[in-house]
Order: sequence, then structure tokens, then C-alpha cells
Amino acid sequence: MPDLLIELFSEEIPARMQARAAEDLKKRVTDGLVEAGLTYAGAAALSTPRRLTLAVDGLLAESPTIREERKGPKVGAPEKAIEGFLRGAGLTRDQLEERETPKGAVYFAMIEKPGRPAAEIIAEVLEDTIRNFPWPKSMRWGAGSLRWVRPLHSILCILSDENGTSVVDLDIDGIKSGNTTRGHRFMAPQEFTVTGFDDYAAKLKRAHVVLDARERAEAIWQEATNQAFASGLDVVEDKGLLAEVAGLVEWPVVLMGAIDAEFLGLPAEVLQTSMKEHQKFFSVKNPKTGRIEKFITVANRETADNGATILAGNQKVLSARLADAKFFWENDLRTAKSEAGMGSWVENLGNVTFHNKLGTQAARIDRIAALAREIAPVVGADADLAEQAARVAKADLSSEMVYEFPELQGLMGRYYAEAAGLPQEVANACEQHYSPLGPGDDVPSEPVSVAVALADKLDTLTGFWAIDEKPTGSKDPFALRRAALGVIRLVLENDVRMPLDRFFDSQLLRAESAANGGLPEETVNSLLQEIAEHGVFGSAFEAVKESLGGSPAEAFLNLEKKVPDTSDDLLSFFHDRLKVFLRDQGIRHDVIDACIAMDGNDDLTLLVKRARALEDFLKTEDGGNLLQGFKRANNILSQAEEKDGVEYSYGADRKFAEDPAETALFDALEAGGAAISPAIEAEDFAAAMRGMAALRAPVDAFFEAVQVNAENEVLRRNRLNLLSQIRQVCGQVADLTKVEG
Amino acid sequence: MTQTNGAPRSFQEIILRLQNYWAAKGCAVMQPYDMEVGAGTFHPATTLRSLGSKAWAAAYVQPSRRPTDGRYGENPNRLQHYYQYQVLIKPSPPDLQELYLGSLEAIGIDMALHDIRFVEDDWESPTLGAWGLGWEVWCDGMEVSQFTYFQQVGGHDCHPVSGELTYGLERLAMYVLGVDHVMDMPFNDPDAMIPLTYGDVFKQTEEEYARWNFDVASTDVLLRHFEEAEAECAAILAQEHIDPKTGKRIIMAHPAYDQCIKASHIFNLLDARGVISVTERQAYIGRVRALAKQCADAFVLTGAGGHTAETAA
Repeated sequence: MPDLLIELFSEEIPARMQARAAEDLKKRVTDGLVEAGLTYAGAAALSTPRRLTLAVDGLLAESPTIREERKGPKVGAPEKAIEGFLRGAGLTRDQLEERETPKGAVYFAMIEKPGRPAAEIIAEVLEDTIRNFPWPKSMRWGAGSLRWVRPLHSILCILSDENGTSVVDLDIDGIKSGNTTRGHRFMAPQEFTVTGFDDYAAKLKRAHVVLDARERAEAIWQEATNQAFASGLDVVEDKGLLAEVAGLVEWPVVLMGAIDAEFLGLPAEVLQTSMKEHQKFFSVKNPKTGRIEKFITVANRETADNGATILAGNQKVLSARLADAKFFWENDLRTAKSEAGMGSWVENLGNVTFHNKLGTQAARIDRIAALAREIAPVVGADADLAEQAARVAKADLSSEMVYEFPELQGLMGRYYAEAAGLPQEVANACEQHYSPLGPGDDVPSEPVSVAVALADKLDTLTGFWAIDEKPTGSKDPFALRRAALGVIRLVLENDVRMPLDRFFDSQLLRAESAANGGLPEETVNSLLQEIAEHGVFGSAFEAVKESLGGSPAEAFLNLEKKVPDTSDDLLSFFHDRLKVFLRDQGIRHDVIDACIAMDGNDDLTLLVKRARALEDFLKTEDGGNLLQGFKRANNILSQAEEKDGVEYSYGADRKFAEDPAETALFDALEAGGAAISPAIEAEDFAAAMRGMAALRAPVDAFFEAVQVNAENEVLRRNRLNLLSQIRQVCGQVADLTKVEG
Repeated sequence: MTQTNGAPRSFQEIILRLQNYWAAKGCAVMQPYDMEVGAGTFHPATTLRSLGSKAWAAAYVQPSRRPTDGRYGENPNRLQHYYQYQVLIKPSPPDLQELYLGSLEAIGIDMALHDIRFVEDDWESPTLGAWGLGWEVWCDGMEVSQFTYFQQVGGHDCHPVSGELTYGLERLAMYVLGVDHVMDMPFNDPDAMIPLTYGDVFKQTEEEYARWNFDVASTDVLLRHFEEAEAECAAILAQEHIDPKTGKRIIMAHPAYDQCIKASHIFNLLDARGVISVTERQAYIGRVRALAKQCADAFVLTGAGGHTAETAA
């Protein structure tokens, strides 16, 4: 059984793509081989910056012969039919076999597909793989049309067994396969031949190439931690960086260098970001001081001076980078500590457009500050502090450091706010108000940070909703889905009880007034005042309309419909996001729907409380009882209502009860109602549902004993009204008609 | 191996060695384009010549301006005005990486002592509607060049593909010459009759331009110039292909492209003045890109763009 070795040798493959590409090569080639009948014992894929390698062991030398019997026309059938059959089978007349069957003599064809040699199949599969390789990004080069991640230079493709090694012939746009490869670009660039995987791996190692990325990563980490340890230091772990660095070298050489003393005063995050982003250096920390004092770089070669030149060069580059960072840091600190402080940055944001329809960053900050102030009492924050925090939270966008390292936004804000002597809560909010950014990101819990984080995200959402820039399909250029998910997590994880609707309305109004010049500020302010006092947009609008008298501006009149419609649309966007969020936590979509259908569904904490209680309850025996009891009552009632065209909700009268089971149901509903209502009041949905589940037995007994659709119309109506009571009682916790099962 | 005559001694010697090296490799050594550009790529010898089917090989120095990078000449290696060395070869030869490494040896970088790495860096110029795949080339952790296989320019697929090399000359030279601050770098030979440093030549202009770029340039004037360049570009391209005076087919792709270059530079100045927000940025970039595309569209209809009587038919 031969072994197959493939190496695709190219110019440098991006580090982040190597591992995936090696796996894709393995999957595509082995799938293709198996599909063609070539099974194998094992396969392994490896990669370096310049090569993708696949080794397949114990491959069949040829694909098995396949025999197939095909039944043809009857003997004596028209010539045309027989000819057609022969053509299809690829045989001649004399190769057919006549066989007696119960239906007379029939022609049979025995078709044999002979096996094919492995080399032939490999050549086809590999060519197909190369031509259709799933690179995230690929390119053409020179005058050709072949696509690869970077120019492909050579293909090594050999089959080896105990009799020797042979090249699998292949020619892809002029690149011919062979049995040679090259070593390290600089340390061993000569071409050499290989006879099989072991020979290949051994010769590569001699030619200064470590073929396995994991081996490279382990070697780097080992050596890095050893060197740091020898100096009493720790390497800051960074798995992503390690994998990336291992993808940048074929022959890793770890070098540790010192950070110039003049930069040690920079914030650790600045050092780390600058070193990682620009230089792909690991940070090395002094565990005693907590400061980052050294760096680790990984070179791709050994040198006669043991890396001295390389290290000196890297050190120089780092110093230049850090000189830049220090320049920014010092300038920024000067500004933050000046009399105008961070205010001068905010002022500067008055010249920066946030969005051409929504005005400047400074105007946006005003809106966020106003909303943060409104939200503050709801989340237990001091309103003045929340407003102050909102006003400086984005100031660092004007700082030089953030211009250079956008990923440090927020964090720099915290440093600068601390330097400016602002309250700690405000400084923390500068950093935390962007959170949570991703699903794995922590959610802030300090009230001031929560208020600003909510205000920031709600402002973004209402703003883009107001100008109708909503996400569509896969397009979400302003990351609005992420913003909504952020709000959801902020609310839920902090157990915040806030009716979103009201805050949507006020912030939509603010966005409207920014986007729409036709709205006098005064009018907007009185609307905001009314909403703040009464919490309802409709009545606020009416009140202001009345106070305006005469004929108000059209821009104002348009608000009557636009604000509630937009607000509703935004809420349903939130509900969609919430569904996705809860589904990931194992809550069924129908359960969520049943709870969204309830009043107060803009209070997400309440909504989720309901949903969780219902989800848990449905898993219990009582849950099944509740649902069955409800459904049975509801079905009969709904059918009757549809038939009669009325709604039976007038309340049933006990005096028409005939059967003891009927009276018992009245009793159960009364007793139940007394227990359920306070439980609902206290938002103890589980207790309420236990109360409802207790209705199952009386409901069943009732249906057992009583004919609902009685001849007597009075009795019938009374019984339907009784069922309606069940529906009403059970409907207090969720819209159970939406629950499946 | 290329003869290096030992280590170079000055900024200009490094430039001269690159010129000689690429001349020896068969490139047409061209001169800088006479307009303000942000990078060597903007030179029509790259932008326009990378389009169409005709083979091309050019190398040149291009003074480049990035107003936001101005540091009043104080930062050791940031400048608002600097030099790029640019090589463009179409179709990209199969040994372009080796040719490139040869150029590093030509300027005195000893491959046995230094760590040269090709680090993924996909190049994209949103303003030119261009992109390509390639790398930043690192020497001991320092980016010394940009290496790109052009895939699209001005919205057109590149066929054949050009290989583009861009060297940041000051940074590269500082490294080779072992200088820590750009202003201390010898511009001509230190033993010359009148030795000049980079600072002697450029320190004052860095200060002047930094002040102008950041605080003085009139944004109103710039905004108006931007609009004018945009309008002029469109007006040029709207002309009939046949010149009514000479009766010749003259498509004015280059004059139109000059206006595109202007608009692009003005946009950079506005950016340095801090008057363009993140969202507005996109709109401005889109406007410049629209100009670049129209110029590319026009260029491929010209002779240099591969247009012949047959392709027209």
C-alpha cells in the first residue's frame, strides 16, 4: 500500500490562514480520493509560511474494479432499442448475454468498470483541489489566471511504497509536479529531492524548517518562558499572538530585549497594544512591580552574532514606536490636566460629524448626556454624575493616542479622566460605557457606567432608526444588532427595570430634532417634559399640540405617527434580538413569543423573568397540566366564539351551575384567582402557574361531567363564560395559545 | 550577487543604489510626478500603467505627503513629507521576491545577519478603487517595504497582474545607516564638501507645513478646491474623444487624473485639519474613488491603456 505526500510550495501564506488551509487540503483531497474508491489508513496536514503539506498513509494502489449487471431489451426487440442499449452500456452486440426470463429471452449486459491506478486519481483530485481551493482571499499573478493565496511555485506529489518512489504527474497552468522542495528561504534555499514523508520531514529539519505549526508554537512558548524565567519575569500569555507568530516563521528563534527605561511609565495597555499590533512582540512583565519591562520577539533565522543585530534592530523599531506613543500620551495628559481639561476635546468633537443626518459628535454627546440623566434613577445612579460621565466618555476620541490606536478608546478616556481629577465613577464610565462589545465581553455593573452604556447604545439605535438606516440581511454597517444585544445584556444582567418604550420615545424625539430642522427646540423640550412626567407619547403629543394652538408646523404634526411607529418597530427589533439571545440559552421560541404577547413587553427584565418561569414550568408535570387544561378550555371556547361571532367574557354565574363538577370548577377558579392574582402582582410567576395548574383536575372533571354546548342556550352561554374565566386567569402569565404542545 | 561596494554612507547613496539596481534589472527609471500625492502609487506610472494589457516596468522616487503625520520635525521618524521608492513591473515576474531581496542587498542589508519577513498586509486604496494582496516586508521587525500584487485598480481587474514594490526611503535608510533620528541622517556624503543632514534640508519645512497643515490651512478654501477639482475632472472626461481642432482621437485620461490626485490630496489636508468625521470620511473617499474610476475607464480606451483599432471594433 503506497503512501502519498503532497506539498504545495508558495510565497508566504498569511499566518491566520495556514491552519485552516492545511485542513481544507486534507479534507478536499481525502474526500476526493475516497469518492473515487481510494481508501486510506490515515492522513495528516501540516503548514509553514511557505508550504501546505499533506501526508496520506496506506492508500490503495488502485481503485477497485466495479461490476454492474444491466438488463436490456428483449431478444428480438427493434434494432433501434438494442443499439441504444449498447451505446449506453458502451458494449458491442457480441458482448451481450441472452438469458431466459419468465417474460422470454432478454439481453443482459455485464459492465465492468476497471479500477484506476492511484496516480491517475490523485492527479485529478489534486488539480481539482488546487483550482477550487476555499481561500478566504485569493489572487492571480503574472499573466496567468490560476488563483492561489499568493503565487504558487511548485507542487511536490509523490507516491512511495517498498518498491520506491514515483512522481504523480500533474501540470497546472505550467506548474509541473515533482519530487523536490526547498528548505528555509535564507538558511537553506537549495532544492532537494525527497522519497517519502519521513525523509521529507527529516530533510526539512536539516534545512531549518520545522514543519508542524504546533511544534513551532510550543518551542516558542517554551523558550520564551525560559528566557523570561531566567530574569525573574513572566511572559504575558497571548494564544492568538502565539499562533500568529508561529505562522510567520519556519525556524523560530526567540529573542528577549529590554524596553527603554524612558517608556516604562506608559500605561501597560499602551505598551502591550503597541508591541503586539505593530511588532507582534510578546510583553514580559515583572511580577513584583506589575510593569511590562521587556519584550520577546521571534526571528526566523539563526545568525552568526546570535541574533544581536536582529535584537538591536527590533529594539530600535520599538523605541521609535514607543516614542510616538509617549509623545501622544504626554500631549494628551497635558490637555487633560489643563484648565479646559477634557472639555476641549469635547469641544473639538463639535467639528466632527457623527453622521451627516444626525449632526456632530458633540451634538450626539448632548443627546446621550440627556438620556443618561433620565436613565440614572432607574439604574440607581446619581443623575449629575451620569450626565457628567456621558459628557466626557467620548472625549478621548479627540485624543492623539486614540487617533493612533483606536482600540484603546475608552481605556485612554479612563486614564485621562483620572489625570483630570474627575470622580472615579466618571473615569470608570469612560472605559466601561462601550461594553459589552461582544458576547464574551463583561457587562458593566457600576450604576453610572450602566446609565452611560445604556444611553450610548439607545442613542445609537434610536438615531439610526429615526433616519431609517436599519440593518438589513447581512448588512449592519453601524453594528446596531450588537448595540441592541448590549442593551439586552446590560438590562438583564443588572436586573434593570426600565420600560424601554418611554426612553425610545424621548430619544427618538431628540434624534428627530437633530435630523429635522423644522422642529423648534422649545416644542421638543415640552414634549420631552411631558413624556418624562407621564411616560406616554400620545398624550404628551396631544397636550403639547393643544398648548401650541393655531396651526403647528408640519414637522411637528408628522411626529404623531412617526414616533410611535418607529418606537414600535425598534421594540420589535429588540424582541427579535432577545429571541436569538434566549434561544442560545435554551429557551424555546414559542415560549418567548407567548411572553412577548403580554403587556409590559418593553420591560425586558420582566419579559425574561416570565419566559424563564414558563420555560421551567412547562418542563414539570404541573406545566403539562396547566397547558392541557388551558388548551382544552380555550379550544372549545374559541370554536364557540368563532361560530357565534361573539366573545364570551361576561363572567359566569354560579346559580346556573347544574352539575357538582361545574360548581367545583367555580370553587376552584375562585380559590385559584385569590392565590394567582397576588402572585402575579409579586411577579412570582412560578407560584401563579402552580395555582393555574391546580385547575387541571376540576377542568377535566368538568368536561367529563358536563356538556358545554347544552341545548339550553342560557346554560351554554354560562358555561362558555366560565371557560372564558379560565382563559383569562391563565392568560395572566403568558399568551398560552402561542405555546406549542 | 549584486555588487554593493560596502555599506552606503548617505540617504542619497541609498536612493542611487536602488536606481542603479532596478535600472540594471531592466526598469525604466522615471522621475517623480510633479504633483502632491500621498504615496508613490498615485504616480500615473503606477496607477494608470497597471491597467490594460501592455507590459511595463518602471522605477522612481516619489515625494509623498501625509499631512496627518507631521510632527514639526521632532519625531525621530514621522514626517508629513517623505520619499517613497516605487517599482512596478507588469506582468509580475515569477522571481519578484528574489529580485526584491536583491535590492535590499544592493543597499547593504546583509541577509546573513538580518531577519527578513513577509508579513500579510493586503493593500487597499479606497480612494483609488484599488486592491491587491501581498505583504509588508519586515527587516528586524521594521517595515521596510510594501509588496503587492495588484488585483484591481480603478475598479478594473488587472490583467496581467502588476507586482508593486514600495520602499519607505527615510525609514529604510535610517535603518541601513544606523541613524536614530531622521533629522540626523546624512543626506549627502558625510565627507562631502558641504555635508548636509536630512534636518538641514527638511527640518524647517517640516515645521512650516505641520503648522499650516494642522492649524492654518483654510478649510473653506480647501473645500472649494475639492469641489472644483471634482467638477474639472468630470468636465475633462465629458469631452468628445475626437479633438475638434486636430481631428485626432485624444482622450484626456491624464489631465483628468491630475484632478483626481488633487482632490485626494485636498481630502488628506482636510483630514489633518480635523474637520472630517468618520462617517463623512466615507463619503469623501467615495467621491475621490468615483473620479479614479472614471479616469481608469478613460485610460483603458487610450493607446497606453492597450486600446487598438481592433479592440475598439
